[in-house]
Amino acid sequence: MSRARIDARFARLRAEGRAGFVTYVMAGDPDPETALAILEGLPAAGADLIEVGFPFSDPLAEGPPIQRAAQRALARGMTLQKSLDLVAAFRRKDSETPVILMGYANPLETPGYAAFARAAAEAGVDGLIVVDIPPEEADPLADALDAHDMSLIRLATPTTDDARLPVVVRRTSGFVYYVSVAGVTGVKEADAGAVAPNVERVRAASGLPVAVGFGVRTVERAAEVARIADAVVVGSALVDEVADALAANEDVTDRVLTKVAALAKSVRTARTPSRGA
Amino acid sequence: MNQIAPLNDYSAYPDPTGRFGDYGGRYVPETLMPLVHELEAAFRAAMADAGFRGELDGYLKHYVGRPSPLYFAERLTRKFGGAKVYLKREELNHTGAHKINNCMGQILLAMRMGKTRIIAETGAGQHGVATATVCARFGLPCVVYMGAVDVERQKPNVFRMNLLGARVEPVTSGSSTLKDAMNEALRDWVTNVHDTYYLIGSAAGPHPYPEMVREFQAVIGRETREQILEIEGRLPDAVVACVGGGSNAIGMFYPFLNDEDVRLIGVEASGDGMDTDRHAAAINGGRPGVLHGNRTYLIQDTVGQITEAHSISAGLDYPGIGPEHAFLHDVGRAEYMTCTDREALDAFQLCAELEGIIPALETSHALARLPEICTGLGPDGIVVVNLSGRGDKDVNTVAQALGRTI
Repeated sequence: MSRARIDARFARLRAEGRAGFVTYVMAGDPDPETALAILEGLPAAGADLIEVGFPFSDPLAEGPPIQRAAQRALARGMTLQKSLDLVAAFRRKDSETPVILMGYANPLETPGYAAFARAAAEAGVDGLIVVDIPPEEADPLADALDAHDMSLIRLATPTTDDARLPVVVRRTSGFVYYVSVAGVTGVKEADAGAVAPNVERVRAASGLPVAVGFGVRTVERAAEVARIADAVVVGSALVDEVADALAANEDVTDRVLTKVAALAKSVRTARTPSRGA
Repeated sequence: MNQIAPLNDYSAYPDPTGRFGDYGGRYVPETLMPLVHELEAAFRAAMADAGFRGELDGYLKHYVGRPSPLYFAERLTRKFGGAKVYLKREELNHTGAHKINNCMGQILLAMRMGKTRIIAETGAGQHGVATATVCARFGLPCVVYMGAVDVERQKPNVFRMNLLGARVEPVTSGSSTLKDAMNEALRDWVTNVHDTYYLIGSAAGPHPYPEMVREFQAVIGRETREQILEIEGRLPDAVVACVGGGSNAIGMFYPFLNDEDVRLIGVEASGDGMDTDRHAAAINGGRPGVLHGNRTYLIQDTVGQITEAHSISAGLDYPGIGPEHAFLHDVGRAEYMTCTDREALDAFQLCAELEGIIPALETSHALARLPEICTGLGPDGIVVVNLSGRGDKDVNTVAQALGRTI
């Protein structure tokens, strides 16, 4: 499956003429059981692809929401291996929704890339995003993932100019993740007007679908981005729901999935022509 | 570790991809990669420009106060009863430590690159003070990220930075110490790439920082080499320096790398002891991993989460070490010893009492290993210690550790 699962999903989205909705959740947040319940509910709530964050003590590209989510998960004993266990549990009930693991390099160094790639493939992971492994450092990891037909998803950013773009998209597959703001996750808001030409540029250079994230928090913003990108990624706004539900002593799973459903509806209908209602 | 074949030229690193053997590299988010490449190009151009080097040398002489003396520590020598001890007096530099050497080089580079805003991280506050100092001198706005815990225990340095016009941002994420300050500085950089220069103080971070910081600190070793040849007519048998991130040590070691008869000795902080988990010895108590832009030895748990370092010396209280030290350790060119909080406190007092020099707690770690090094070398031996900083900043910490009130 793997790469094929991502490709099949984007092919279906193309056929349906709509953008995909990518949800980011942190493995083990707020606890392993609830995280699995959220994960299992995501496809029905409207997630087309799922990113599962594996927590790291020093997440240098994250804003406060995902930093706190990682701290909550680590406090409950979450590890890379347990993150893979979570994906494996999800896969027992869902064999179609692509799952992308997202995080930082150091936890991968302990098992080593080859052992990690084997375990991830067995768990049913389809792709990997490692925020602090840029293309210049990525070959050993890409080799390990290739051996199991998993995608190493690359990040393109507002600072990625035309000269650099070929470096960024080399050896990538699945889709390219366009980071819509120069900054950390969940702080700045994406400007869809400024993002549109960059999505075109990345799509042309890579020949792959482009997912846009890092600055999408609201249904309005999600709809704007859904009109120009192949997929919309929301992360910080969802982990904030976890935090808010905990603070308000509400059901975390319900609250996250309700938010997902609202965002998914916005993404799914963004390109539907208005009937002037 | 895998055995690495002996090399002919230790000074030929990093390679063009920023690697010292297995270590170093550029592990930063894509947003920063174009900046990191731009920085490397600007650094190379500056170093090839006689005008830039001349300007830097001028400031080092007239503003920093270089060259720093190489001083024969007669009473420490007699006390240890072995090799002659020389102290490279970096604590006499403006701002009281070696940190200013690097800050002066980088601020001139930042201005050459047209950057208009400077950010830095600091632990004890020495690098923050040195950065705030050069920013004041050249009129650039400065933001220093400092762990909230360190802000509390280093209040005088926070006030000094404020006096110098810098804004100190207390960092409350993670463990609220130096590593978290570095995370926050990197987050600022990623957010303000267009106008901001990140002035890293350690010989760590993504390439070209380890090489660049080494270059700006190598003035220490170059002067030492000339001075010892002039005084003793030969090279020392050993040079010794404390190692946190390792900027003062690499600055001292680098000009001696190819003199294989000169032992290079780094001293890591072992805090409460290597048999506890409260230490800051990345090489002696850690294993390789990736953090803050480079691959190096890191203090981490069994599943790759970075754990908190501990040392009485805030400047050594960091879970990593510069990648070149990791390399020099693996190939056996440098030795890395350890020193506990207690041993450092004893050396701190001994140096004050016998030489009239109050060393920084960081530096005291290097001094603490002198008895065995001097005895081992014998009376014909010569050892140079990099006296990297002065200890005025540490008097509160030391008084507290000794159970005294000021």
